[in-house]
Amino acid sequence: MSQVEFCGISLRHPVVNGSGTFDLMAAVQAFGEAIRERFPFAAFVSKTITLEPRAGNPPPRLYETPAGMINSIGLPGPGVAGYLEHDLPELARLGVPLFTNVMGSSADEVGELFDRVDTEAQIAAIELNVSCPNVKTGLDIGSDPGELEGLLGAVRPRLSKPLIVKLTPNVTDVAEIARAAESAGADAVSLVNTLRAWAPHPERPAEPWLGAVRGGLSGPAIRPVALSQVEAVASATGLPVVGMGGISRSEHARQFLDAGATLVAVGTESFRDPLAAASIAAALS
Amino acid sequence: MSGGLPAEGRYGPAPPQRRRLTVAERREVGSYVVIAADDPDGPCPAPGQFYMLALADRWGGGVDERPYLPRAISVMNANEGRLEFMLEDVGPGSGELCSAAPGEGLLVLGPLGRGFRAREDCEPVVCAGGIGVAPMVMLARMLGEGAHYALGFRDGAHAEVSRLIPGAQVATDDGSMGHRGNAVELLAGMVEELPDAEVYACGPPAMLGAVRELCLERGVGSQLALESGMACGFGACYGCVVPMAAGGYSRLCVDGPVLDGGLLDDEWQVAYG
Repeated sequence: MSQVEFCGISLRHPVVNGSGTFDLMAAVQAFGEAIRERFPFAAFVSKTITLEPRAGNPPPRLYETPAGMINSIGLPGPGVAGYLEHDLPELARLGVPLFTNVMGSSADEVGELFDRVDTEAQIAAIELNVSCPNVKTGLDIGSDPGELEGLLGAVRPRLSKPLIVKLTPNVTDVAEIARAAESAGADAVSLVNTLRAWAPHPERPAEPWLGAVRGGLSGPAIRPVALSQVEAVASATGLPVVGMGGISRSEHARQFLDAGATLVAVGTESFRDPLAAASIAAALS
Repeated sequence: MSGGLPAEGRYGPAPPQRRRLTVAERREVGSYVVIAADDPDGPCPAPGQFYMLALADRWGGGVDERPYLPRAISVMNANEGRLEFMLEDVGPGSGELCSAAPGEGLLVLGPLGRGFRAREDCEPVVCAGGIGVAPMVMLARMLGEGAHYALGFRDGAHAEVSRLIPGAQVATDDGSMGHRGNAVELLAGMVEELPDAEVYACGPPAMLGAVRELCLERGVGSQLALESGMACGFGACYGCVVPMAAGGYSRLCVDGPVLDGGLLDDEWQVAYG
């Protein structure tokens, strides 16, 4: 497969990374400049950027499951100022379109994040992580169509760049959420985020293993669920879809594209093999 | 006196691609298993660095359909391109690796992380417990007879591996070999005599906690090789963090796995659940 168009952005193939599954600066530390020269993704999606820096959750943060893993990393990050000052110039040297993923817990916060990133020419599109509660209503923004429409209605006018809404799978009807995103001005949706999951302590199974108690499941274990949700959303809306969830081989990427996705994202498989996405993209072409 | 240890704890970056090697040898050393594989295209690792390992053709589908993720295993030796790893069967991943037969495919990514670092004008003292002796075999080859070695094991069968480090003092919990007690007791005696000691340690969290406290008390440096479950080994997943005294967390895979004991938060063992 050659060039792909997504929200008016040209990509050299349809494989990108899932947010928070690839850290360019750390990879350069481990692998040197070779990782830039052989960069596997057609666009780079940043980890979730918040207004203020975050340290992340207390460890333990990982748990291996049958054909997958649970993480409770807790979105550690430098905050938007640190991201724009330190990360963005490094990411821009990659020469691929950059999607910046942001999250805020109120319309004011998200609006401020949009203002900060919208003026950055190096950012091609914004992905909005809505897997968090609204501090004012206590409702999960991405789990309630009304919440999501309200938020997007308030903040969408503050962004001139394409807006991708990253959907959570932890809902009863993901197509309804996607329709709400579409009607409130999203240009694309990406799904699935991780499935909420519990990891029992290996020695004291009644207790949680993870420092933050709950986490999110990813990897091949969730692929059938992800495919079902991608198909449901692609059928219910006219929005381009970034499909992801357990893609580890080109056949899986093809299944998501056949289900209606325009792009696919590789996440957990990159942990096992940093260049997995390159092999997948090569096999698709 | 710290031999040819690299100042940064490594010689250079790793190739970004996973390499398929072939298991060349499997042998048992007391209660442990050592597997070897030739890695002619890989860079030379430094003591304390690690590789992400998985069997190429049977990984997953075991008990509880695991393992899924590769396992972070520190390198025990690297000689003319032959890598050696010491293993103990403690779960589905290490169990599969322990059963690797000569001729089987072994997927490796590495060498990763930062290992033990040179420190000028210090007397190197090595302290290891159990499987923590693995990186010390390579370290001892570089430090040689100029260093002091305190090794601890639960019993004589596990302590058999101590013969890979000639001249080491040995402790066993049951007294079946060497001093009855633990490695930190031996270490305390050594540090007493060596005010300029730099302690290189690897072992279970409780042992490393005791080493750290002893070194802080005596005002000597400690470099602790820590362990954590890791999904990736190259800084992508943020799973392998430990809390630091200065606040926040460090990732063991890129900032460690060898960290200065004094830089860890006093509550660092929270990372071990």
